[in-house]
Amino acid sequence: MINAWARADGRKGIRNTVVVAYLVECAHFVASEIVHRFRNTPHEGDVQLIGFPGCYPNEYAAQMMEKLCTHPNVGAVLFVSLGCESFDKVRAANAVDTSGRPVKTLVIQRAGGTRSTVQAGADWITQTIAQIAETPRTQMGVDELIIGTVCGGSDGTSGISGNPAAGKAFDLLVAEGAACIFEETGELIGCEDIMAERAITPELGQILRESVQKAERYYATLGYGSFAAGNAAGGLSTIEEKSLGAYVKSGDSPISGLIKPGDIPPTGGLYLMDVVPDGEVRFGFPNISDNAEIVEMIASGAHMTLFVTGRGSVVGSAISPVIKICANPDTYRALAEDMDVNAGDIIEGKRSIAEVGQEIRDLVIAVAQGAQTKSEDLGHREFILTYKSFEPIGPACLPSAA
Amino acid sequence: MTAFDFGPFLLLSGKDNVLVARANAAEGLAVTLESGPVTLTRPIPMAHKIARHAIAAGDTILKYGMPIGIATAAIAAGEHVHIHNIRSAYTATISLQDADGVSAGVSL
Repeated sequence: MINAWARADGRKGIRNTVVVAYLVECAHFVASEIVHRFRNTPHEGDVQLIGFPGCYPNEYAAQMMEKLCTHPNVGAVLFVSLGCESFDKVRAANAVDTSGRPVKTLVIQRAGGTRSTVQAGADWITQTIAQIAETPRTQMGVDELIIGTVCGGSDGTSGISGNPAAGKAFDLLVAEGAACIFEETGELIGCEDIMAERAITPELGQILRESVQKAERYYATLGYGSFAAGNAAGGLSTIEEKSLGAYVKSGDSPISGLIKPGDIPPTGGLYLMDVVPDGEVRFGFPNISDNAEIVEMIASGAHMTLFVTGRGSVVGSAISPVIKICANPDTYRALAEDMDVNAGDIIEGKRSIAEVGQEIRDLVIAVAQGAQTKSEDLGHREFILTYKSFEPIGPACLPSAA
Repeated sequence: MTAFDFGPFLLLSGKDNVLVARANAAEGLAVTLESGPVTLTRPIPMAHKIARHAIAAGDTILKYGMPIGIATAAIAAGEHVHIHNIRSAYTATISLQDADGVSAGVSL
């Protein structure tokens, strides 16, 4: 069993983090200085920076911020506002307060500037850390975990070793009752028909197909697929080749639903997250880099994320730990200090996909029980949140919730 | 799936017309394909692809038994199959040279 933190809303967390959230880029530096005050203290790593850079309002960003700040891994929230930005800080603080968490909002324009805001923030966090240390603990089962998966820095090994091993871990976790989320419909282009056949209802299958068609239209308008230069250097020639490799990290379980960023899976099972905005193309690329996808899965309740890389990513995340699975044996040797799992063993014939999948599943449980991932231990706490727009999902997206 | 031994190359599905390198393969390496022996005319980095047999321009490229693109030129058996001779059926692929100028594994 997992010794989790019990939140007032009944959800359970595997970490007890204080997040410092800037509400416009103009407050970013002050917020980061508050977090830096806890470097080289026993609380380094427990005080984490998140934020939204824009001065103009966006309903998606407002909802994401609320979901992130009431995530079960979060124990308390400090908002840092410049004062004149459009982000609705009262609404955000009310949402955190209603969830039963300590919350404070500092407004730089009224707090006396940089130094006094940093001091006020650090003082509040110091007293709040003592307060949230008293949060009650509770037993948590594997069937209460929500796990996300992404791949980034993919190469031609990703689809042969790392992604199939992550898919095997997903099969094991779904069988134990966990909720597992895979995403990036822009990297499922070419897989829509085989994926639709795995949906638990025909209506859901059609919705899965349409979500990929929407991604295809969106990226066609942008004139650029979800494909980076390094993917080609790593042997991937086309978006559909990358997609087929990425798709296998979903494993073989039936697909129980389609969610959008911030929607919490209602039961255990496998879910596709549709990350491509609805309506006409606005605000640019759906997700401008890997961490945008990780943040969206955290907003949907992910306690941790499995990150498969071939070229070699080093990122972690604020709020929820990232387990990095290296698909390429040469990359693993080059970046071993950043990698949690060497799926390159599969390429070299040393271990099977099933063996590496079991290792990943066991590591998920260990991390839920408090073990630090490589990126956590190194201090990685990447975060990115930008503009998007979504329509709510319909009832056919979640047949198991009916 | 055939039990044919392609040396350092993997056949992922019996339907495929490409093989995937499971280790870096040197220029000049002799590889035996079903149609007979070929010699690699350039280094093939790990996870890159070569043609399992001759492929005509316009043919669909199959990997994992699934379409991954369309040949833009005739490709000889054993030749590197990549962005210089296949294209996406969806959106165009972009690429850059790596900082060392060679490890991109493509010479266009």
